[in-house]
Amino acid sequence: MKQFVNFVKKEFFHVMRDRKTLLILFGMPVAQILIFGFALTNEVKNSRLIVFDQAKDPASQELITKIEASRYFEVERSVADQQQMEAVFRQGKIKMALVFPAGFNASLLHEHKAQVQVIADASDPNTANMLTNYLSAIVLDYQSTLSKDLVVPYRIVPEVRMLYNPQLKGAPNFVPGVMALVLMLVCVMMTAISIVKEKETGTMEVLLVSPFKPILVIISKAVPYLILSVVNVASILLLSVFVLELPVNGSVLLLFGESILFIITCLSVGIFISVKTDSQQVAMLISLMGMLLPTVLFSGFMFPIENMPYPLQLFSNIVPAKWFYLIVKSIMIKGLGFGAIWKETLILTGITVVLLGISLKSFKIRLS
Amino acid sequence: MENLYAIELRNITKTYGREKQVAVDAVSFHVNKGELFGLIGPDGAGKTSIFRILTTLLLAEQGEAWVEGLEVKKDYREIRKIVGYMPGKFSLYPDLTVAENLDFFATVFDTTVAENYELIKEIYVQIEPFKTRRAGKLSGGMKQKLALCCALIHKPRVLFLDEPTTGVDPVSRKEFWEMLKKLKMQGISIIVSTPYMDEASLCDRIALIQHGRILSVDTPENMTGNYPGQLYAVKADQMYLLLKSLRKYPEVLDCYAFGAHAHVSFKNAFEAAPLKAYLRGEGLSEIEMKPIPASIEDYFIKLLKT
Amino acid sequence: MKEIVIKTDRLSKRFGDFTAVNEISFEVQKGEIFGFLGANGAGKTTAMRMLCGLSVPSSGKAEVAGFEVYRQSEEIKRNIGYMSQKFSLYEDLTVLENISFFAGIYGLSNREISEKTKALVEQLGLEKEAKKLVAGLPLGWKQKLSFSVAVLHQPKIVFLDEPTGGVDPVTRRQFWDLIYEASEKGITVFVTTHYMDEAEYCDRVSIMVDGKIAALDSPSNLKTQFKAGSMDEVFYQLARGAKRGD
Repeated sequence: MKQFVNFVKKEFFHVMRDRKTLLILFGMPVAQILIFGFALTNEVKNSRLIVFDQAKDPASQELITKIEASRYFEVERSVADQQQMEAVFRQGKIKMALVFPAGFNASLLHEHKAQVQVIADASDPNTANMLTNYLSAIVLDYQSTLSKDLVVPYRIVPEVRMLYNPQLKGAPNFVPGVMALVLMLVCVMMTAISIVKEKETGTMEVLLVSPFKPILVIISKAVPYLILSVVNVASILLLSVFVLELPVNGSVLLLFGESILFIITCLSVGIFISVKTDSQQVAMLISLMGMLLPTVLFSGFMFPIENMPYPLQLFSNIVPAKWFYLIVKSIMIKGLGFGAIWKETLILTGITVVLLGISLKSFKIRLS
Repeated sequence: MENLYAIELRNITKTYGREKQVAVDAVSFHVNKGELFGLIGPDGAGKTSIFRILTTLLLAEQGEAWVEGLEVKKDYREIRKIVGYMPGKFSLYPDLTVAENLDFFATVFDTTVAENYELIKEIYVQIEPFKTRRAGKLSGGMKQKLALCCALIHKPRVLFLDEPTTGVDPVSRKEFWEMLKKLKMQGISIIVSTPYMDEASLCDRIALIQHGRILSVDTPENMTGNYPGQLYAVKADQMYLLLKSLRKYPEVLDCYAFGAHAHVSFKNAFEAAPLKAYLRGEGLSEIEMKPIPASIEDYFIKLLKT
Repeated sequence: MKEIVIKTDRLSKRFGDFTAVNEISFEVQKGEIFGFLGANGAGKTTAMRMLCGLSVPSSGKAEVAGFEVYRQSEEIKRNIGYMSQKFSLYEDLTVLENISFFAGIYGLSNREISEKTKALVEQLGLEKEAKKLVAGLPLGWKQKLSFSVAVLHQPKIVFLDEPTGGVDPVTRRQFWDLIYEASEKGITVFVTTHYMDEAEYCDRVSIMVDGKIAALDSPSNLKTQFKAGSMDEVFYQLARGAKRGD
């Protein structure tokens, strides 16, 4: 036991003395939270819009005022003709235009039907989609206020409520994602690198030729990263609560428990990589390409899994981060208890057991 | 297996890769208890593979080997308790201090620095002034001393030193061999590998190895004594011209540079006068020649060329 | 008077408050085999780097192949060859590919490259191995090949950093034959080694201790001066007093 404790102590020396590692360890979660929270937001706020109003009548004015009143849009300016509008688009400053045909009010009054044209810069399809949705919603809303005075039979107006995240904030989506990413990086990459480093420096040879059990070498190298990862989870949660004002709705204890499960998953992957590689660069590459990329792609935090082709959807099931992401979302955002996530937990446990089994089995008591 | 020798190998063979490149080719030799044994050969001769097989880090494809009577495959756990190993690579933690490295390796072997301090004392006092310095910042000779301390900290019965002096300057090399002689007196069996032929004479017995095969095992004295024929050292003012001229001389069997001299062996009896005349005719001056005893390096060259 | 190809005057390199190379002054003649010895950390590598144009000196003067090290490092690089024990050839390229690659680097024409490649392969007796990967060659052959590659463009000076470390005694001597040959062709050879018998093969030897040149002369003069039987003893006498390591 004393041997083990000393070993872990030595690991901490390594971590604490390597400034670059320290920076990655503790700087990364902070940087990621801040970047995702403030820079990479996919919310739409005050998007600039131009209006080409050929009608200039009460109805068109009223709609423009309504749009301007919303927090999503800001009417940049009006344009007088088609060419001018196209010119503004080409400059790229404006993402969206609203065109009222002449006689907008008249056709609305007489035919109970009028058209407006929404033109969006679709070079960024996601933003364009979102903006048109918002704009359509405002137009619909305006239409429904008009309809109040009219007798229109069987009209169904859907009322949409955004559950758990009524303001459609980005944070609830990315905080669990960042947690998965950071844990993946720290546990997989750092663990793999630190073990492979011992191989590179030749100290692994000396350790193997000692009475110290080889498997304990590996486990004691993983322990510090487990502890540091828990610290990281805590710091991400603190940041999200105090900086992003996103509270943890469910049990914090449960959240930590699930995090430790995921950390162990990642550690077993890291150990596996370290067994199979002999240089730090290779270990890093495999960790990044083999683990980080699937985490970003298939955890559902950047790209919705439902939209993927079926084979990829199937594949996403073996990406541990996907399950962890679902679990964290359930606990943190929805405030659900263990009853709601036992299935995901079970799957994650299954994956962990398999990975841990593989990496312990592939571990050798000799070189090569 | 009776515990007769510190190390024994019988027909050990090891190959690597898909092409089954032979690294160690049916090697057999033994190391007596309390002996300082040298495994001498160039890089790539198979020295490191043999060391790794003996320290239970690699499995041989064929053959058997024992360390202190323990079989390298079956009894690997016991072997790991009683051997000290210093790999060819720098094998310390560069970010830990001298004292931390030593403490760490002591705990790995389930002992303390205090327990076996007597054994390492003489070496450790030389690096003690730097004990709070990080191992990565030590000089080559210091690192080597620290690595030796770490390999000795658990009082091993057999010490494996894989190329401890490679890339180390001659002064540090001499000091290192002095330390080994003292350790030998403590009753530790030592096997050391080196590409430097001049270190061979410092060992009790040596094995010469090339291309995975043992060329010869004996005491250095017996080896040089077994050198066939008489060797002559020839000296002149221009080395390269001397070598070229000697190679053209019909009576010369072999000739190569050796320090300030050319070492020459002859097909028949050596006659100084005609050779001197020939060399003068080739434009050489300051010619000296004398019979000399062969060194290990001469013997090795002889073995390599036959 | 022979042509001087390397000339340094109080050349120094400091890293912070550490003086790695401390005012060294020496000259090397054309075609000379110049042994550059020193204990680990004496400053050999640093000095060699400055002379190869890889590192800018802190003070002092140095001219290599007629070019001065501060401003004409590109010209220097074109006129020297370099070979070290650590890096010499690409292991994952074949013998032929390596030769053509290095010949290409020095701007030889395609015709020259193919001629030289053929001549070199014949000279080294590597016909059978020409299309094999360098990784599979024995160490000694690799070293010989990489030396030949280093002098392929007929540089004025070739720098060899421990070229024979770990090589067997026969190959080591074959390697020195290559060095002698190059020197006869007028190529200056600047070589570091840990084998003291090799120091004897040099025309002149300098021994660095603690960043300074402690001795510089022909091996026989040095032995007389230090009343020593071999260069090993000369080196031991000088380096024993060294205060620092690497």
